[in-house]
Amino acid sequence: MTLQTVLLVAAALFSVGLYGAISQQVVVMVMMGLELMLNGVVLAAVGFWWFLSPAPEGQVLVLVVITAMTVEMAMGFAVATLLHRSRNADMTDMAADLSR
Amino acid sequence: MTGDIVFWVLAALAVAAGVAVFSVNSMARATYALAISFVAVGLTLLLFDLQFLGVITVLMMVMEMAIMAIYMIMFMGMNPALMPMSMKHGKGAAMTIAVGTFLVLAAGALFVPWPARRGTPAPDLTVALGEAIMESKMLVMMTVSPVLFATIVAALVLAAPSGRYDRLGDDLRRRSAPARQPEGADR
Repeated sequence: MTLQTVLLVAAALFSVGLYGAISQQVVVMVMMGLELMLNGVVLAAVGFWWFLSPAPEGQVLVLVVITAMTVEMAMGFAVATLLHRSRNADMTDMAADLSR
Repeated sequence: MTGDIVFWVLAALAVAAGVAVFSVNSMARATYALAISFVAVGLTLLLFDLQFLGVITVLMMVMEMAIMAIYMIMFMGMNPALMPMSMKHGKGAAMTIAVGTFLVLAAGALFVPWPARRGTPAPDLTVALGEAIMESKMLVMMTVSPVLFATIVAALVLAAPSGRYDRLGDDLRRRSAPARQPEGADR
């Protein structure tokens, strides 16, 4: 187990999540892709922390990323609920006009 | 040696489950696969002696996936969530971008001359984290707390059925609600 191997696994998780976030049409599945990307970020942050500078500050950074995952998921669910109620939409293409 | 084997098993499980999220043919199975991926990463954190962060990752993500399953049943019904489906667009472009991103990140991981390790981990990493967020890094805690509170408020405002968007629509300049239609048997 080295920094390189940890970063490779993190890169694989991030890339798979990126594929899902771009390719999926269902809002919940897009959120799953984003979560997978952040999963890779958590693993990479822990790898950097452990192999480069194992000071407590690195753990705090991981805590912030986990918080970001929580916020993303809570807001994602709220927006998905609002979209479903107001437009009966559960797919990104049905809300494409929001990007204008 | 044992740690290396466990790491590779968990790493393979995390990546394979991550791939399964977007290759299985139902959303319910995708949710289970994502939960497995998160649990594998959470257990990997334990290999770095990060007991606290590893455990909260596992607990939080398992609960999150349970909520996600409830959402799917709410919005799509139980049967559609379990039925085979494929709702993707731009698969070729997405695959190209994802593979390109992986190659760039992998090249960076393998070819960057990473510096040597500076310092050693604290004897008790959970205590060290607690002391950091309550002492030298308290600003992080003071920022995260209101952000989480604001998230709760914002999520409720958006998701509540009698919220602003239901009464006034999405026109932010509109100031007054339309007159309510009388309801019930006497209207």
